[in-house]
Amino acid sequence: MIRTKIAIVGAGPAGLSAAVELAREKLDVLLIDEQEKPGGQLVKQIHKFFGSQQHYAGIRGIEIADQLFSEAKALGVKVLTNTVAYGFFGSHSIGIHQPHTYELGIVEAERIILATGASENPLWFPGWTLPGVMGAGAFQTMINVHRVLPGKRIVVVGSGNVGLIVAFQALQAGADVLMICEALPRVGGYEVHAAKVRRQGVPIFFQTTIERALGQEGVERIVLIRLDEHEKPIPGSAREIKTDTVCVSVGLSPLAELAWMAGCQFCYMDAMGGWVPVYDAWMKTTAETIWVAGDVAGVEEASTAMEEGRLAALGVALSLGVIREKRALDRQQEVAERLAELRMGPFGEARRMAKEHLGRQ
Amino acid sequence: MVPREKRKFEIIIECPEEIPCNPCEEACPRGAISIGSPITNLPVLDSTKCSGCGLCIPACPGQAIFILEERQDGETTIGLPYEMLPALELGNQVTLLDRGGVAMGTGEVVKVVSPPAYSRTAVLQVRCSPTVARDVRAVKKVFR
Repeated sequence: MIRTKIAIVGAGPAGLSAAVELAREKLDVLLIDEQEKPGGQLVKQIHKFFGSQQHYAGIRGIEIADQLFSEAKALGVKVLTNTVAYGFFGSHSIGIHQPHTYELGIVEAERIILATGASENPLWFPGWTLPGVMGAGAFQTMINVHRVLPGKRIVVVGSGNVGLIVAFQALQAGADVLMICEALPRVGGYEVHAAKVRRQGVPIFFQTTIERALGQEGVERIVLIRLDEHEKPIPGSAREIKTDTVCVSVGLSPLAELAWMAGCQFCYMDAMGGWVPVYDAWMKTTAETIWVAGDVAGVEEASTAMEEGRLAALGVALSLGVIREKRALDRQQEVAERLAELRMGPFGEARRMAKEHLGRQ
Repeated sequence: MVPREKRKFEIIIECPEEIPCNPCEEACPRGAISIGSPITNLPVLDSTKCSGCGLCIPACPGQAIFILEERQDGETTIGLPYEMLPALELGNQVTLLDRGGVAMGTGEVVKVVSPPAYSRTAVLQVRCSPTVARDVRAVKKVFR
């Protein structure tokens, strides 16, 4: 059994930021992550990030992961990588499993922060289980982390930021990106990301989706279909495209199994990606020992995840009595102001409203 | 080297949406680009303060800043960010692309700037016909 003051599940931007913040208060912190390398989704983000200097803007995601992890290490944060946190045994005990060594164990912690992130939504169509149909994030992991190009002729389904970024990175990796198709009549992500792929000759087809994928050993062809204004397929609009890879990027859902298991109260929020645990202004859930931060608390950006990690850390430190209330409140105010700024503009509005709604639960 | 005051250039910023981002403001040594607060404001360029140094080009995470330049020797160049492999070199002939990826003829790479501070975003100066220069937004990636 491993004992720690604070256990953080997930070493992505939220978990790492929380760890740094807590370690600065001289608290004993253990980070648990199922991947080989800390950083969460940052490790496969080879593009420069948006945001402000405080959110590492202009720095590539992979470098942000390195910076945050070095900072955490320098402050004495302990890290268990290749370790799956699979469940709770009471309010203070997390069951862990290390698949590479078949080791099982228990982590005992006074406080727990869940920063488990999100998972990609699948899209069901005939042929969706054929090799070559994959999440855009999975494709990104293969090209940027493992340096394997899984296909040469790529079709991206979904024009949110993930789809747009992955389309550009597929070009960088040497693949031919045939098109991006989008069910809605407009681009889902940022126009600047769309502009980057368009100018390389990648068309974005609106009100279009994949109807089926065909092939023997893997994807060989797909059938695209046009959608009407009610998102219903238009008869006779089907056309076949030769392709070997379909990258599905149709949104993310909070990875909240541990919070369900812990009995946290949940709330369904479309703008946040589905079911999210309810939490207070310090990111504390309805479970006595559990805080949340990042995509598990509603799917957003790395910049907001980092801020939420800091917020959760402040809440935990306050609950342990290691930080004075006045100081905690001042810092909470600073973080809340930065979060509010990050959620302004047309892309942040729905998220800001959803977060406010969650905070009132 | 053409003296600075004789240069005729124009910075083109294509950042049409209110997204939370401001590295261009931070990158400009002369304070010619302002975003201010909130961070979702659109960038505003004060061309009277702009020296045409182009530091904003690699700083923009959206690759949305370009520099159009009419040089004294009568040639026109477009400066743009480039993050593809293989890296382009001086003298390379490239296919010019517009916003929609439509080919607009060929150009020649006349300058490649890629110091460590640019973090692997190369800024290319591409000589092109003055009739198309204003609309060039990229050069075609060369497939190996």
